Amino acid sequence: MNSKIFSIVGALSLTAFSAAQACEIGARVSVVGNEFPAIQTVGAGAAACTGAEVSTNLTADHQKINVPGMQGNPAEYTSAIVANSSIVALMNEDVIRPLDDLVAKYGGDLQSSQLIKVNGKIMAVAFMANAQHLMYRKDVLADLGISVPKTYEEMLAAAEKIRASGKMQNPVGGAYKAGWNLAQEFNNMFLGYGGSHFESGSANPSINSEAGVNALNMMKALSEYMNPDFLTHDSNVTNAEYRAGNIALLNMWGSRASSQTTAEGVTDAVKNGHAIAGPMTVGGGSTAASTLWWDGWTVAKNISDAEAEATFIAMMNGISPSMMSDENIRTQAVWLIDGYTPTDAAIGVFEAAKMGTTPYPMLPYMGLMHTALGAELPDFMQGKESAEQALADVEAAYIAAAKEKGYLN
Amino acid sequence: MKHSTFILFFTPTALAMVLFIAFPIVSVLVQSVHAPHKAVLVEVETCTPLVGCTKETSIDQEATRELREQKPLGRFIGLEIFSDRGHLAISEVKEIWSGSKNFKEFFKKIGNLPFYRAMAFTLTFTFIVTPLVVIVGFLVALNVNALHEKIKGIVVFFSLLPFVITPLIGALVLFWMIDSRGVLGSAIQWIFSDPNLSLKASTGLMWISLIVYGVWHAAPFAFVIFYAGLQTLPTDQLEAAQIDGATRTQQVRYVVLPHLMPLVSFVALIQLMDNFRVFEPIVGFNADAHAQSLSWFIFNDLGGETRQFSSASATSVLTIIGVTILLLPVLRRTWRDFMEKST
Repeated sequence: MNSKIFSIVGALSLTAFSAAQACEIGARVSVVGNEFPAIQTVGAGAAACTGAEVSTNLTADHQKINVPGMQGNPAEYTSAIVANSSIVALMNEDVIRPLDDLVAKYGGDLQSSQLIKVNGKIMAVAFMANAQHLMYRKDVLADLGISVPKTYEEMLAAAEKIRASGKMQNPVGGAYKAGWNLAQEFNNMFLGYGGSHFESGSANPSINSEAGVNALNMMKALSEYMNPDFLTHDSNVTNAEYRAGNIALLNMWGSRASSQTTAEGVTDAVKNGHAIAGPMTVGGGSTAASTLWWDGWTVAKNISDAEAEATFIAMMNGISPSMMSDENIRTQAVWLIDGYTPTDAAIGVFEAAKMGTTPYPMLPYMGLMHTALGAELPDFMQGKESAEQALADVEAAYIAAAKEKGYLN
Repeated sequence: MKHSTFILFFTPTALAMVLFIAFPIVSVLVQSVHAPHKAVLVEVETCTPLVGCTKETSIDQEATRELREQKPLGRFIGLEIFSDRGHLAISEVKEIWSGSKNFKEFFKKIGNLPFYRAMAFTLTFTFIVTPLVVIVGFLVALNVNALHEKIKGIVVFFSLLPFVITPLIGALVLFWMIDSRGVLGSAIQWIFSDPNLSLKASTGLMWISLIVYGVWHAAPFAFVIFYAGLQTLPTDQLEAAQIDGATRTQQVRYVVLPHLMPLVSFVALIQLMDNFRVFEPIVGFNADAHAQSLSWFIFNDLGGETRQFSSASATSVLTIIGVTILLLPVLRRTWRDFMEKST
């Protein structure tokens, strides 16, 4: 047990060490962000700076605390690590600052594609890309002579074959947990059917459409091949099912690809059979039924310029190109950092980018839509109401929320 | 007691009550009738990796800041939030009323509105769990009280354990046990030889699980109160009943129960309040697809990316009103007892 702890500590300090260049800062740095491996690496890199205190709070609950933690003056957090969905909340509340000056002064290592610009101003520095795509068991598919599914229709057919063969009762996995996860799966499928969440240029919802109904029916069909508890399965539980060898096909986040076979207790069959591919299409469409994401960091508005400068320098150290020579770090994500050469774990996300996958909408009212979807779709998934009724409920719930927040009259 | 002495003693309490009870209530009331300003939206160019630059809608920060500085509370909207679909859904209910052919259809459609769906679960939960907690707690107390002195201590300790465990943790433990791959979940599948049977996938079974959890968690609370009450039971009354030839049931019915009656109303009062605010088991059991409560709505409004403070405040006000209505009978009874005693 002790030696295990030591080796973990050793690995962490090594990571931090290799990421550390000469990094001197003159004011406090405090980072809040999500907890997956790539972000841990960025946090460790920032924390390697010396001269002032660097603290990190990396947790799955980051979205609940980043806005309140940055609204005060001075803000508790000097930087928030965000994605295209969560930066919107920070911009809506006006708690992050434009980075143009700092990029000009200290941003020498950045590639222009890393700069997130809103209205001509740099609001965030992206360091990795992410997307959901297919992961599958090549051994199971090969045994049954099934080719790798390119569409969700093929996935259904493959699932039926696997079930019929008796290898697995419920071969399909998916993060269908009621709430955020289920809503995200709907977004994927809806965009794949060519849907658009809002009427062009307005906050009026437009999901109660043919694309919406088709998306729901496809999700329902897939759920027939899932563990009956699917409405309580988030990404972590779905991956646990995959690692235990209970499922053979799943649509999963690219950021989790590298850890699928390295986590504790993965069976050899899964280790050797694990494979990834690009996102699938659906309904004969050409758009991938997935969304494209970036993760990046921001700098708080309500802090002194000295703190902002220190934060920028520390975060730059967290995404330093020198990290890209470390094989372990390279496999953690699809890095947007200079010097990154893709690993096998990156195939899915690159494929998604190549297919022109729609980016997750960065709209001020998208969060409300996502919440409404997460709350109202479980009724349909349980067979309690029709697709049309569920979508009408989503729109009604969204409209009530959007009226309150002042997006709709 | 002299009035001045009374005031001197009472002032710190009164101040604390104003600070910790009255202010928060006033605060949610004020927030529930205000909403954020109308968003000033602009079309801006947004550039992101792998995609390039696109036109996107964003909030005009300067215009919004100006609005906020003029009126920091937001815009006054009166009772609009209370009547919207997420709360009392007045216009939706009216529409359903006029559009429904019979009561069955009416209730089915009403159950599709979040507030009424949550009330259906909350009230079912409250009115099943509260009496069960009182009954189970009372029976356990009677039995423990009849035990031999030597083992009493240890039995009391173990009976209290469910109440000692943090509610969320207790719920999570049970959640994993009833998982289709958990101990109870697979046992049930084996008993009924149905591999697709899942407690978590059925609304009815989920409600039962939540209710079982509610009773399991709160019964020790009732038990310990009743057990303490039993220690104050005058033995001469019991002996008198025994001499009169009362059976054990009759003793309980005519001597023990009347003695514990004030405690029963106390436990019922606390339990009604607690169960109406049911929250932890819903989170712990991941049960929000099947069961929701007003507290869960507040949690959902405040968490995540949406932060609907006005909606959360309105739900809080509705919770206060709901608790008050539930407690009215008990409070009236307490008031009547008090008046009887003082006359």
